Amino acid sequence: MAQAAIELIGINKSFGAVRANRDINLEIARGTIHGIVGENGAGKSTLMSILYGFYQADSGEIHVGGQPASIKTPNDAIALGIGMVHQHFMLVDNFSVLENVILGAESDALLKKSIAKARSELERLEREYGLEVDPDAIIEELPVGLQQRVEILKALYRGAEILILDEPTGVLTPAEADHLFRILKQLKEQGKTVVLITHKLREIMAITDTVSVMRQGTMVATRETKKTTVGELAELMVGRRVLLRVEKGEAEAGGIKLAVKNLTVKDSRGVTVVDDVSFDLRAGEIVGIAGVAGNGQSELLEAISGIRHAVSGSVMLDGKPIDLTGAADPGELRERGLAHVPEDRHHVGLVLAFEENENSILGYHDDERYLKGPFLNIDAIRDDAKDKITKYDIRPADCRLRTANFSGGNQQKIVLAREMEQDPGVLIVGQPTRGVDVGAIEFIHKRLIAMRDQGKAVLVVSVELDEIRSLSDRILVMFAGRIVGERGPEATEGELGLLMAGVEHQEAAE
Amino acid sequence: MSTPYAKLPGWADYGLIPVINLFVAFVVAGFVVMLVGENPLRAAAILVEGAFGRGQGIAFTLYYATTFIFSGLSVAVAVHCGLFNIGGEGQGYIAGLGIGVVCLAFDSVLPWWLTFPLAIIAAAAMGALWALIPAYLQAKRGSHIVITTIMFNFIAASVMVYMLVDVLKPAGSMAPQTRNFLEGGQLPKLNWIIELFGAKIRSAPLNVTFLLALVMAFLVWLLIWRTKLGYEMRTYGHSPKAARYAGISETRIIIIAMLISGALAGMMALNPVMGDQHNVALDFVSGAGFVGIAVALMGRSHPVGIVLAAILFGMLYQGGAELAFEMPAISRDMIVIIQGLVILFAGALEHMFRPHIQALFASISPRTVGIEAVKGKGA
Repeated sequence: MAQAAIELIGINKSFGAVRANRDINLEIARGTIHGIVGENGAGKSTLMSILYGFYQADSGEIHVGGQPASIKTPNDAIALGIGMVHQHFMLVDNFSVLENVILGAESDALLKKSIAKARSELERLEREYGLEVDPDAIIEELPVGLQQRVEILKALYRGAEILILDEPTGVLTPAEADHLFRILKQLKEQGKTVVLITHKLREIMAITDTVSVMRQGTMVATRETKKTTVGELAELMVGRRVLLRVEKGEAEAGGIKLAVKNLTVKDSRGVTVVDDVSFDLRAGEIVGIAGVAGNGQSELLEAISGIRHAVSGSVMLDGKPIDLTGAADPGELRERGLAHVPEDRHHVGLVLAFEENENSILGYHDDERYLKGPFLNIDAIRDDAKDKITKYDIRPADCRLRTANFSGGNQQKIVLAREMEQDPGVLIVGQPTRGVDVGAIEFIHKRLIAMRDQGKAVLVVSVELDEIRSLSDRILVMFAGRIVGERGPEATEGELGLLMAGVEHQEAAE
Repeated sequence: MSTPYAKLPGWADYGLIPVINLFVAFVVAGFVVMLVGENPLRAAAILVEGAFGRGQGIAFTLYYATTFIFSGLSVAVAVHCGLFNIGGEGQGYIAGLGIGVVCLAFDSVLPWWLTFPLAIIAAAAMGALWALIPAYLQAKRGSHIVITTIMFNFIAASVMVYMLVDVLKPAGSMAPQTRNFLEGGQLPKLNWIIELFGAKIRSAPLNVTFLLALVMAFLVWLLIWRTKLGYEMRTYGHSPKAARYAGISETRIIIIAMLISGALAGMMALNPVMGDQHNVALDFVSGAGFVGIAVALMGRSHPVGIVLAAILFGMLYQGGAELAFEMPAISRDMIVIIQGLVILFAGALEHMFRPHIQALFASISPRTVGIEAVKGKGA
């Protein structure tokens, strides 16, 4: 085995009483791609933050290139040749690529010299690693895939020998992800070391040499990728066997519950984000809307559920129109049997500062079951919340606990329980399993299928292609605000990926 | 990244931390006292003695506290709805006009217990009215409530100068104030309650408005945590997006919350106007509306906390006056410095000691903070 680029010995880190990392030992070999997988909250981010100097470990040692290293700030990490590409890019949107690359690494008080130097250096890096980006392009005008390349260039410009990537493919199309993987392989061939943090097991299998699995703050296993399987990794992550694909029968689609016709939505700047979208949703089927984040799916959901105003078009719920141009009232839609699990549970679907039971009535707080005149019927609300906690196995089973203190998966269950238990005719779900751990994903998928089997109409929007493919009876693909294709669940990933990238769409235009 | 700190048990959150903050504020204030060449321990003793030492002092402390309870509740109600109403000063001031009109009209014909309810309604209505315009502008036009409410303080001040000097001032009087109210416009004192405990009171302005303040504190608690309206206000206050999602009308909830907040601010005028001075004088609010902000901050927008914080500030007012009297080197402005330090440590720097205390608690007994209490944002 090659010499270790990084060695972590006995790393411990606690936040208050929570032990985010317990006695972690990890050796990352030079010139390899090393994957780190684990559920949300398993401690992956904390570990990498320690390595990059955001946090200090409570105890333990870090060795870089065989030498003990003290990493107190990100600058220390950079000096040791460690670079990080964050999940959320740290770029200045209205700066050019070049300006972003030299930001914080300017060599002179005057920029002219640094820029000239950076330009030639950047060109060399781009050539060497196949990272083509126009150095003078403005960041906000670049697609996310290219923005990510800028992040990588930034790290390389600072002399990174070890590159940490945190969930790098979350925002990419399959094609962009493939390109990223090619870049990573090229980096590896040039002798760089890559650490890939992800929860997508397929990526791990596709690209890494070694994979380490974390669970609840501990490092449970390190495997050679070639000698392991997706099933084994999933089991290690969760600590038990999981079904990776939901089992479901044939859909028995009934009458049309929701009819969307020529729906057009503009955002606050007047840009058309949903462009002339039409589709039907029938009772007893799940329709999935696939697409790369930011292609109008979120706005489509918001328009249908009455949160966002539409410019034109119509939506019929059970044959009766929804008022879209005025202030469509989400409360009224709920009464008409349209339940909505929003994409952003932290700011929209839940009030994190509330107790769990208070969130379990959000949006249904007008329901007389929960009221006694103008007063809240606290007993009824808490009893109701306890029922849902039992039924949906929400943990910890404490309806008085602040919602922020539940894990992502359990928060999502709180929202789902609230919306599903109202027995709606139509259920609209945005990103059903974003930030949700593998165990809860299985549960949520089963519930959605169960809804369908009860004859409900379910609309699912997700950026996880696997999820769309395993749940949906029909798949609609959105690109640039339009629906660019409809496929059955048997559609291949490649086919959907091309649609998501707008390829077919553009070909037609050419 | 979400705050990587575990939650504290309630008693530490609401009891220990404010006490520590207060203690530090007093220590720093002590240095200031030393700086002017006085003995800080003696100063502290005089302050506490002046506020709680004799029945007289207690009555004054509670009298000041009464006003602060109203203004603190006013700020807190708005804060629960995510609004920062710093117009309590103006809302309370203008409410004096309503009280004045009621008292001047009825003080000769009605007994106090009939004038009082009318005056409460008038005070609440005027305060609410003064809050309504900024509320409407915020809800409909997006004008920032902080800016508009503070500007309305100035408008209120100007209106009151005009009303008191040109309209309500009795002919021939030199003072810019209304005539004194008769019996029917004067609220009974509550000093006898303190005298029950054996203390002697010469004369102190503590009056029945104190009881009204306690009732309002309870009603605010009921409103915020036990009614549908309070639920909607809290939802909007924590997350306007979640409120939109839940079908709560933004316009409606902003206006209602500000009306209630304004009404509470208005009621604080009852205490000095009907309870003490028995007239409406220029600048009778004298900053109590702003103290309400500090009271609400320190009381963590909870009625119980507000009542306690109001008493603390009442103590600073009363004890501070005694201190200025006993120690000539310490002027009235020194008291303002001490109050400022309390606000600084209890309000603005509220989170300064929190992480350390949380770490301490976690190391002593992990149970109390709950192991599953925090999920740091995972990878």
